[in-house]
Amino acid sequence: MGRTMIEKILAAHGGGDPSPGDIVWVGIDNRTARDFAGASVVANLEAHGGDSPVADPKRTFFTFDCNVPANTIPYAENQQRIRRFARDQGVRVYDIDAGIGSHVLIEERLARPGTTTVGTDSHLNIMGSVGAFGQGMGDTDIAFAMNTGKVWFQVPPSARVNLTGLPSEDAEAKDVALALLGRFSHHELLGRSVELSGPWLDRTTVADCITVASQATEMGAVISLIPPNDNVLEYFGMEREDAVYPDRDASYEADYELDIDGLEPQIAVPYSPNNVRPVSEVAGKRVDTVFIGSCTNGTYQDLEYAARLLRGRRVADHVTLKVVPATRSVWNRLLSEGQIKDLFSAGAIVSNAGCGGCASGQIGMTGEGEVQISTSNRNFRGKQGSGETYLAGIGTAAASAVLGRIASVSQLEGGTR
Amino acid sequence: MSGELRFTGRLWVLSREGDLVDDIDTDMIYHNNYLAVTDRKEMARYALGNLQGYEDFAERAQEGDMVLAGENFGSGSSRQHAVDCFLALGVRAIVARSFGAIYKRNAINSALPVVEAPEIPADLFEHLEEVDLDLETGEISAGDRSHYASPMSGVALEIYQAGGLFQYAATL
Repeated sequence: MGRTMIEKILAAHGGGDPSPGDIVWVGIDNRTARDFAGASVVANLEAHGGDSPVADPKRTFFTFDCNVPANTIPYAENQQRIRRFARDQGVRVYDIDAGIGSHVLIEERLARPGTTTVGTDSHLNIMGSVGAFGQGMGDTDIAFAMNTGKVWFQVPPSARVNLTGLPSEDAEAKDVALALLGRFSHHELLGRSVELSGPWLDRTTVADCITVASQATEMGAVISLIPPNDNVLEYFGMEREDAVYPDRDASYEADYELDIDGLEPQIAVPYSPNNVRPVSEVAGKRVDTVFIGSCTNGTYQDLEYAARLLRGRRVADHVTLKVVPATRSVWNRLLSEGQIKDLFSAGAIVSNAGCGGCASGQIGMTGEGEVQISTSNRNFRGKQGSGETYLAGIGTAAASAVLGRIASVSQLEGGTR
Repeated sequence: MSGELRFTGRLWVLSREGDLVDDIDTDMIYHNNYLAVTDRKEMARYALGNLQGYEDFAERAQEGDMVLAGENFGSGSSRQHAVDCFLALGVRAIVARSFGAIYKRNAINSALPVVEAPEIPADLFEHLEEVDLDLETGEISAGDRSHYASPMSGVALEIYQAGGLFQYAATL
């Protein structure tokens, strides 16, 4: 019988002939830890790792992205402890200047279609965007992966979601991600590997795939795998036969369809990413601050679009706008092409690359009563402070910043792309 | 105590309005205010400290107790504290209709049995009733009432019996 995408990737990494429910050992191509939990990984390796705690230094990476540069002394201590260990072991550190680890791994072409990556970032299943396996795990697991090159994994049942139709001109990848979150409460897909398909995904960009796949965790899914389209293959310089696609006769536990034809901009209202409405339903609410960035919406494509919308405009007087590029190379491109100037002139502060407020970093936290439009992926009560965070795409974030109230991009004069 | 397959203990039935509580996340189990704590004994103090109605769990829990919850227990962050705080109290097992994926792994790797019982009725056992649990068969019973949860098997069972992931690896 045929195999699903996850079954094929696991099988190709030593997982034998995996069926849902089986526990298999999986060889891991990229073994990573970030500054959050990274020091505990090091402590585990020092306690249990023996004389050669790191099996393969060339496939092992530390990526600092949570608290960069450290703004508490414990974080500074933890980061330095990791650097010392990495230096001794010959392991590469993507330090405080590098940006979000998952994005760096994709940019460096380390996470490529068909590969396996684990790390301490609970959004590491974002690798599903490029047809690769990725999974966030606890510090014991990651220490074990660095020590032995493998992890145990229970093969999840697979489900398929076909996205029919094409979204409206005003909508973007984030709106598709939000439509998925609104449709699937986190129990329906809980513990499943999800394969996404449809005419929009067949032609869209790598950045769009990253945005959509980044919210698998909020759907309760183990991962959202997107079969690599031509844009993704070109990005990695790969041919179709080098990537992994599901077999035609693979078996799925469930099949769903979601109609995104003519989809309008969406927004998740406090305090759950699953509380999704059309932007038009909450339009007009006064906004205090806007955050643009995160592993969901921090790519060059995202920030270039934001800059284009903001060029020659200014954010409303009572609004602050915070922009955090995902990686140093995104920053560099925005700098050399001039978008940093557009963002700055519109009133934005542009921070160094990283995760921002999602992981108690420096940008994106709120106080009591503060209304924030954020392009990130979680808006749980208290996660990023006591304010109210709404999740939306770049167009909605930029339009809301300029108008000072929740608005979709069509409300900006000459708004859409 | 580690590695036992059958035990008897009180069952904490985490319920609200007649049903088991769903979506108990890692902040309710172990709030992020205490993430800097590294001493496991101290972690015991904060177990379920942020779960409405069960804030006094850590004071009242006894060695050998078990916990029963609804769907998606342990969703949220990857923090190991949310497992270690139960181990520090001597909690023997967590039974739930389903678990968050990362939580389940962390528990298995630290030799805390996690038993999935997707169909378990909320009212089969009374709160703090003494029950028997058999990890190999999945049977949970008290008096003449019993329910079959998913048994622990394969690598998960082997890791548990070895006392943890690294201890298990040493046996390979």
